[in-house]
Amino acid sequence: MNRPGPVPTVLTYLWLGIAAVVLLFPVLLTVLGGFLPSNALLHQPPQLFDGDWTLENYRAAWRQPVVPLAPAFVNSLFVGLSVMLGHLITSCLAAYALVFMRSPLRRPIFWLFLATIMVPYESIVVPNALFIRSLGINDSRLSLILPFLATGFGVFMLRQAFAQFPRELREAAVIDGCGHLRFLVTILLPASRPALIGIAVWSFLQGWNMYFWPLIISSSNNSLNTLQTAVFALKDNEGGSPAVLLAGITITLVPTLLLVIFGQRWLVRGFTAGAVK
Amino acid sequence: MTAPTLLAADTAARTDRPPGRPRRAAAPARARETALGLLFALPGLAGLGIFVIFPLFQAVYLATRGNDILGNPTRSVGMAHFQELLTPEFGTVLWQTLVFTVLVVVPGVLLPLALAAPMTQRLPGMRVFRTAFALPFAYSVSAASVVWLIMLNPGISPVNWALGLIGVPAPNWTTEPGWAMATVVGVTVWMVSGFNLLVLAAGLAGVDEEVLEAARMDGATGPRQFVSIVLPMISPSLFFAVVTTTLAALQALGQVQIMTDGGPNGHTRTLVYSIFDNAFHNNNSNFGLASAQGLVLLVIGVLIAVVQFGVLERRVHYR
Repeated sequence: MNRPGPVPTVLTYLWLGIAAVVLLFPVLLTVLGGFLPSNALLHQPPQLFDGDWTLENYRAAWRQPVVPLAPAFVNSLFVGLSVMLGHLITSCLAAYALVFMRSPLRRPIFWLFLATIMVPYESIVVPNALFIRSLGINDSRLSLILPFLATGFGVFMLRQAFAQFPRELREAAVIDGCGHLRFLVTILLPASRPALIGIAVWSFLQGWNMYFWPLIISSSNNSLNTLQTAVFALKDNEGGSPAVLLAGITITLVPTLLLVIFGQRWLVRGFTAGAVK
Repeated sequence: MTAPTLLAADTAARTDRPPGRPRRAAAPARARETALGLLFALPGLAGLGIFVIFPLFQAVYLATRGNDILGNPTRSVGMAHFQELLTPEFGTVLWQTLVFTVLVVVPGVLLPLALAAPMTQRLPGMRVFRTAFALPFAYSVSAASVVWLIMLNPGISPVNWALGLIGVPAPNWTTEPGWAMATVVGVTVWMVSGFNLLVLAAGLAGVDEEVLEAARMDGATGPRQFVSIVLPMISPSLFFAVVTTTLAALQALGQVQIMTDGGPNGHTRTLVYSIFDNAFHNNNSNFGLASAQGLVLLVIGVLIAVVQFGVLERRVHYR
């Protein structure tokens, strides 16, 4: 925003440079460590630019049978996409009703959705886990996603977006005989695309990054590891070889690293929509 | 829990009028619309009702019960679990939760601010810096925790190596009582710095150049300009960063469980770790106590929301 001002340019670069070395060393170690032979890594400090790079650790991490990463990848994708779809569908419908349908229940329902935003998930994780166990579906893929398909946050955000839709257009559509669902799907949703993408990214990451829930609900079934619980399990099993561990972690980080590098706009929009203009 | 979005409640409320429709709709049509509206809201209401609202009541019930090994609630234990919340042990847990949260939030917001502010200058390479500093956001809690365990592993540790260069002996980061909390705090600050940097950089990018120019004409430059003009103008972003970081710290589990497992000797035991430990760790299966502690977390979460929105938000400057 401003031109190089009172702070000398050199100082700016010096400060940012030092901060980058400190803050990004773990990232560098993660990405490069997996390519290093273990004698270069098991060295203080690790010889990151040793030269004898190898793919062996990646092969070992991908193939090791104790904590298989391929199924964990599939599970994480499944959880991320299911939570995303669940959030989108339930919040689109609810937000539509809250904005466009006349009903005496509108206010109480809105406040109910809003109130759920304030409940920290960890305060209800015990009853939820016991409930899932009593249904007998713990240690199933369904149990990973079932409690997370609806969101007060998404309803709230979409209600904001829908409320900006020009009312005259909505009236014109109704006069033309356009029903609720058709109006929602063919007109309103395309018009609200930025908000939808924002929620989609946010919801996907909610599911993708989940740790506490998969840890407790699928702990006895190794094939239900998500990438996040797999990393923890891998640490216990591959503790002897940090290089393999780092290779495994790098594999799990590829999707989110790409998102941060290429999708920053959507990240910021998704997480701050409504809160920050 | 994403309370920050409550911020925009009033903007939505203003447009919360029924769309233009005939004033006096026929009664059956209105009843039909009410029913249809309920139907549309139903999937969301059902999901949240079954898995958020009902469990709140269930947590109260569980907190008054003992349970068998399978977790089925058994006899009533009255207020026994709540009485356990009054012990010095739980007081320590709450204190450590508070310490952890404060120590994460303050540097977790100030550090990204100190990085984002100089990046607003029109200098080459600033976008690269922004993306680079955002990278920790790509790390899930388990990935960050395990990578930092390797970073601090005495046989590898570049941190210990750097300390050695300036002649400072490195502590046992995760096993020394005086250091374990600081270590988990530091890793959490690192984790939240990426996201907060993106939020604050976006806020700074929205600061109006003309206002700054006017301030410069009036002689406000440098730090003075930053504190009295830029900070108020980015207060929504700052507020958002503070709220989300507070909630993230309050709800932290993975970094504690993976890096120290609450240890050494309970020195990194926080409220959420305690809930996890009592209910699910090592087959402890004390679901009643964990539920009671969950209710404490609920109360703290709501209190924080009230304080932040009642006190702090009044100072936030929205355009």
